Amino acid sequence: MTELTVNGKEVALDVPGDTPLLWALRDELRLTGTKFGCGIAQCGACTVMVDGMPVRSCVTPVEALEGSDVQTIEALEGPEADAVRKAWVDLDVPQCGYCQSGQIIAAATLLTEIPNPTDEDIDYAMAGNACRCATYVRIRKAIHEAAKMLEG
Amino acid sequence: MTAFSPSRRGFLAGGAALIIGAHLPMGNRMATTAATGPVDLNAFVRIGEDNTVTVIVKHIEFGQGPFTGFATLVAEELDADWSQMRAEHAPADTATYQNFAFGIQGTGASTSVRNAFTQMRQAGAAARAMLVDAAAREWGVSAEELTVANGVISHANSGKTAQFGELVAAASESTPPTEPTLKDPADFVLIGKEEVRRLDSAIKTTGEAQFTLDVYREGMLTVVVAHSPWIGGKVASVDATAALAVDGVEKVAQIPTGVAVYAKNTYSALKGRDALEIDWDLSEAETRSAEAQLEEVAAAARDGEGVVAETYGDLSGAFENPTQVIEAEYRLPFLAHAPLEALDGVIEHRGDGAEIWMGSQMQSVDQMVTSDILGIPLENVAINTLLAGGSFGRRAQYDGQFAQELAQVAKAGGKGTYKLVWTRSDDIQSGYYRPQVVHRHRAALDETGRIIGWENTFATESIMGGSAFEAIIQNGVDPFSVEGAIHKPYDFGAFEARWVHTDSKVPHLWWRSVGHSHTAFANEVFLDEVLQGQGKDPVEGRLELLGDKSPRDRRVLERVAEMANWQGVNGTDGKAYGVALHPSYESHFAYIAEVSELSGEPRVHKVWVAADVGIAVNPDVVKAQIEGGLGFGLSAALFNEITFAEDGRIAQENFDSYRLLRINEMPEVEIELAVNTHNPGGIGEAGTPPIAPAVSNAWRVLTGTPVRRLPLVRV
Repeated sequence: MTELTVNGKEVALDVPGDTPLLWALRDELRLTGTKFGCGIAQCGACTVMVDGMPVRSCVTPVEALEGSDVQTIEALEGPEADAVRKAWVDLDVPQCGYCQSGQIIAAATLLTEIPNPTDEDIDYAMAGNACRCATYVRIRKAIHEAAKMLEG
Repeated sequence: MTAFSPSRRGFLAGGAALIIGAHLPMGNRMATTAATGPVDLNAFVRIGEDNTVTVIVKHIEFGQGPFTGFATLVAEELDADWSQMRAEHAPADTATYQNFAFGIQGTGASTSVRNAFTQMRQAGAAARAMLVDAAAREWGVSAEELTVANGVISHANSGKTAQFGELVAAASESTPPTEPTLKDPADFVLIGKEEVRRLDSAIKTTGEAQFTLDVYREGMLTVVVAHSPWIGGKVASVDATAALAVDGVEKVAQIPTGVAVYAKNTYSALKGRDALEIDWDLSEAETRSAEAQLEEVAAAARDGEGVVAETYGDLSGAFENPTQVIEAEYRLPFLAHAPLEALDGVIEHRGDGAEIWMGSQMQSVDQMVTSDILGIPLENVAINTLLAGGSFGRRAQYDGQFAQELAQVAKAGGKGTYKLVWTRSDDIQSGYYRPQVVHRHRAALDETGRIIGWENTFATESIMGGSAFEAIIQNGVDPFSVEGAIHKPYDFGAFEARWVHTDSKVPHLWWRSVGHSHTAFANEVFLDEVLQGQGKDPVEGRLELLGDKSPRDRRVLERVAEMANWQGVNGTDGKAYGVALHPSYESHFAYIAEVSELSGEPRVHKVWVAADVGIAVNPDVVKAQIEGGLGFGLSAALFNEITFAEDGRIAQENFDSYRLLRINEMPEVEIELAVNTHNPGGIGEAGTPPIAPAVSNAWRVLTGTPVRRLPLVRV
């Protein structure tokens, strides 16, 4: 039994401790916005926030999260997340959309840390999030747009 | 596949022009005229009392945009307001929802808008006529006096107005017009407008969009299958003792494609699979190296006679006494599709019927194989097509590969609900690849250095051979294997393309742009080498060969040179420029790529794209498909190949060994679309073929070494 907070709610996960957070979120809590892409932390589709830091939930065992605060795409909020979502919709960034939960979490984190990122900052922050549809041109543009919105 | 004969249903004959559908079935949905609730005015248009218009889309949405495209076509003729438009997938119903290019219900070959451009407009126009008829009856006025705009029907004389929802119940009593009147393209207010945005962007930013993996049903078991890590390996024996001891594992069953582990949740299923002890029978397996297999294909291209796919002019005359003959060979690897959502599906097996949830790209086939395997009538197999996390060809299985496995899982499991999940290793290692290809090109030149004869012999597998769609092969030529090698835009004076049909134990499948994925590379790289060898500029040299044969190709090439401010192949700061021109799917593309070297690898900085896709229903979706198609092709050109390890297993297993293009490797892309009224061309695939040759041509300039195989970065 692991007790932690997920999207503001206290939950007790009755799963083996080595269960990856990804499968606990999906199979136990039915939070399906977090996606399974590779299972080995290579694609970023499973990215969630743990205690304010983006982590790959596919390789994060539940037993390491006792008392942690987990936030998934469903509950991601704040000015950076709002700006990123708006820019994503304005520019029609998603194609298939499967990787975009992870992309949006990574982008919002980037803007929290660097409010006005350069292209190099974007490359560095986003290179771990693969998009097989190659929506990268628009991801880059949308992050710049979101930064402008936040400058307001 | 016994009962299934697409040939009888008129699967698009090779090389034939695409049939633009002019058939508007009402389907079973016609009868639904409940007192309240949404009403289906025909098989494609449902209108709610809340004024929402839902378009029933017969093609799967996996990012290429049919939801938005079809809603645009309907809304245009319905004179709806864009904000009231919605879209959802059609159920499996071949008679109502067939793709006119295939004769079955399915998506592929960049046909969605092309096959339904007229049909969807007719669906919107018919619904509009019924609403107008209803208003005329309700208000006691003549239909001719009514106008419709932005979702409002108005009668100017009386000042009466109504929204669609108020009239839809009455409209369901109207007789649909047999020949609905369509707008003049000059009057389009939504088609071709950048302001029309995608319908599915918002739900893809919140986690709300539902994919197959997100389906959870009461009592559902999750299933993973242990597949042979060797292509063609079969289960010899299995010891499931340890797997069955894993907490949560309910059952283990051998099925034709491997060993299925049924569990209460995904992680238990995965642990159970890891605990299986399986001996594999490799007697029928392909375990040779990819290099050895490619040598065999190369030998076929060199020694095989092949079948003539296209020929014109006096080829033997051209090669009889030329000033110069240039020859080269080009080799291309196996490629995996690697959609980010690997294959998955949910099936509810009820004994006398079954219901499936999956990203079905060939609903007719998936329905048929499920019916066959479970022994239940076709009409009792319902398919809910869901949004899919990419495909790039992988879900378009002409043999219903995944649906077969899903049905086998249900058959072995008995009545119940099962979610079958493939992991990345299942995806990368289970075959169904773009086959290996070897092209040989030979050009004869006259004393001025002009090409007077061109011969292309290439060896690869038949994409359609042995499948249910074999009837598409005419005179021994599979159009999906030879596309792009024939009907080139250039006039070579004399030309012949010959295809040598090879066989392989490695299962093949169409991969985004199919034949064009290799023919564009070999054609355009060889042409560039020949032109450079004669000291010709690659833009000027191509224009010279285009002559008057292909005005649309000529125009995009001229335009891309203007956009890139073309000054030749050599740039400053260690940059070089590569050109490629390749039409496909009735669309015309010219690329110029700006490339430099970074740590021994090509770094693509920018790509200029001039495209003529005819009427671009949603220009911004077209641009997105070009950006994405280009990036997908660049990933393959730079990094991707499937090889076989020393023990004969597939050497790649996941994204650590099958390298995907990342954001830092994606070039800037500048796109310009030609504006005209040609019928829409395909856009889902046409952006992929020109990028490999454009980058390769720049890379040759940078390195001084001809590019003769892909990928450019080999580990």
